[in-house]
Amino acid sequence: MAKFFIEYLDSLSIPILPEWIVHALVYLIVGLVQCGVLLAIVMVSVAVFTWMERKIAGRIQDRLGPTRTGGRFGWLQPLADGIKLWTKEDLVPKNADGLLFRVAPYIAFCASFTVFLALPFSDGWVAQNLNVAAFFVLAVAGLEIFGTILGGYGSGSKWSLFGAMREAAQVVSYEVPLGLCVLIPVMIAGSMNLVTIGNIQAGLFTNWLIFHDPCTFITFFVYGTCAVASVNRAPFDLAEAESELVAGFMTEYSGFRWSIFFMAEYGSMLAVSALATTLFLGGWNGPVPVTELLGWTEAAGAHPVLVQLGNLLGAANFLCKTYIGVTVMIWARWSLPRLRIDQVMTTCLKYCLPIAAAMLVGATLWLYAFPGGMILKQRLPDVSSQVPSDSCGTKTGDG
Amino acid sequence: MEAINWHSFFFLLFGLAAGGFALAVVLSGNIVRMGFYLIMSLGAVAGLFFLAGAEFVGAMQLMIYVGGTMVLLVFGVMLTARGPFVSMKTPGGQWVLATIVGGSLLVMLLHTAVSVDDWRVKAVAEKAELSEEPPEVELSETTNPDRLGMALVGVRSDQPDPRQPAEEFGMSGYLLAFEIVSVHLLVVLIGAAYLARTKRVGSRD
Repeated sequence: MAKFFIEYLDSLSIPILPEWIVHALVYLIVGLVQCGVLLAIVMVSVAVFTWMERKIAGRIQDRLGPTRTGGRFGWLQPLADGIKLWTKEDLVPKNADGLLFRVAPYIAFCASFTVFLALPFSDGWVAQNLNVAAFFVLAVAGLEIFGTILGGYGSGSKWSLFGAMREAAQVVSYEVPLGLCVLIPVMIAGSMNLVTIGNIQAGLFTNWLIFHDPCTFITFFVYGTCAVASVNRAPFDLAEAESELVAGFMTEYSGFRWSIFFMAEYGSMLAVSALATTLFLGGWNGPVPVTELLGWTEAAGAHPVLVQLGNLLGAANFLCKTYIGVTVMIWARWSLPRLRIDQVMTTCLKYCLPIAAAMLVGATLWLYAFPGGMILKQRLPDVSSQVPSDSCGTKTGDG
Repeated sequence: MEAINWHSFFFLLFGLAAGGFALAVVLSGNIVRMGFYLIMSLGAVAGLFFLAGAEFVGAMQLMIYVGGTMVLLVFGVMLTARGPFVSMKTPGGQWVLATIVGGSLLVMLLHTAVSVDDWRVKAVAEKAELSEEPPEVELSETTNPDRLGMALVGVRSDQPDPRQPAEEFGMSGYLLAFEIVSVHLLVVLIGAAYLARTKRVGSRD
């Protein structure tokens, strides 16, 4: 995008400032705009999720949830919460390690939001179209745990330390089956590029990778379990465990820093849900290929504006599916009781990991036997250029 | 011009961050803070890799060093520490020893870096004179990791021409090294599980 503007400005050739200043400014502004758009999408989603969480929790527990702030359904509750948290006193406990205590929420926040740099919202609508996007997302999402560990340790409190220890054990364990589950769509697509993975699922919903073969169907649910555990949501929220550890690693936090931890949690919920959508649920491709039927694609030679309109529709599709994923997470939180730490470990090491490994082998064999997938494809994907990536995918599992 | 501008800016930024936090690791006494500084330093190195367009290596750096190793390090400290905040005092002798080891490594690295002809300012200037157009630098030029992956399973796609049998040694990719490392890691894992297993109380051995 920056290149486009620079070429445009060069073609105008108006001598306002020295050339290099203009170019540097254009790059800076384009970068900031991209970050700003991403941040806006994620922050608005987070605000909606906090409202949804309360409302759904209320409905599941047969009460109303927020009703007063901003109209009938309490729409403005997130705003009221935000103002309340903003104006609270910024406390640092006397025994805490000040630096780590202060810095920990920002680490969690940065890690959970950096993921969105590599996530495509529609065909080509991605801030950085990385070749190894799937791997990058996993790597960065795994860094969020540092916020928890450092915050829990830096608080200088027993509850916080216990919460942080649980979180560390849990996240480190669940990263292994999670990585294996991500590997399967990567292997089928023959690429770690999320745009490519999204594009091979174009067409009817039967082309989505969840319906590729029985193995991917099972893998999707294993991925869901591991994703919920890795973002530390109930029934795997042992790090917070209100009934045992006060609030776990967040015990000593209040006000704005607490809210940053909270935003990081909701941000990573959105991130794992978006990754699931891209990998298994067709990404920005709707159940019925409306844009293709209308001919609003680049391949059909449509007007660029129509192509972008089609992309907008794709982004709406993508966000819809992602929001459904988050809703299911909220639903699970208010329906299932919390697991014990040994049950959490059993779920990971005795169930998720073997199932994921078996599915990896199964999907490989299936791919070998029926290259077209379970249901006959509408349109065979053009993966001829990406074939060698299989080997890279296999390698990441060992790392 | 414009590309080089931001490129050098971010290179300096990440380089300074990596160096500065590495110094902080050495000078700090608190172990967990040292771990934190090490995270930041390694993260900055990952940033340098991304800047160089080597996204695969950058993501590897984040996953293995920042994510994996550092979690284990912090975990180990938290499990073994007696007091709330452990701090270490380095005796003078260790400072001297560390300075000698670190200094000699630095000298060796500097010597290697300077001895590469293409990296010298003079050589770069000469090259720029030879080719009239300045070399174009692409920001965020993405490279495909396919060839690396193929080389790891034994196919060198960057050297497609069939070679003489005598020259074939060492040209067959990195399959052997890859397998040795895998087996080595497996042995380490089994060994660790063996050492950490619960010993049955009152058994004969």
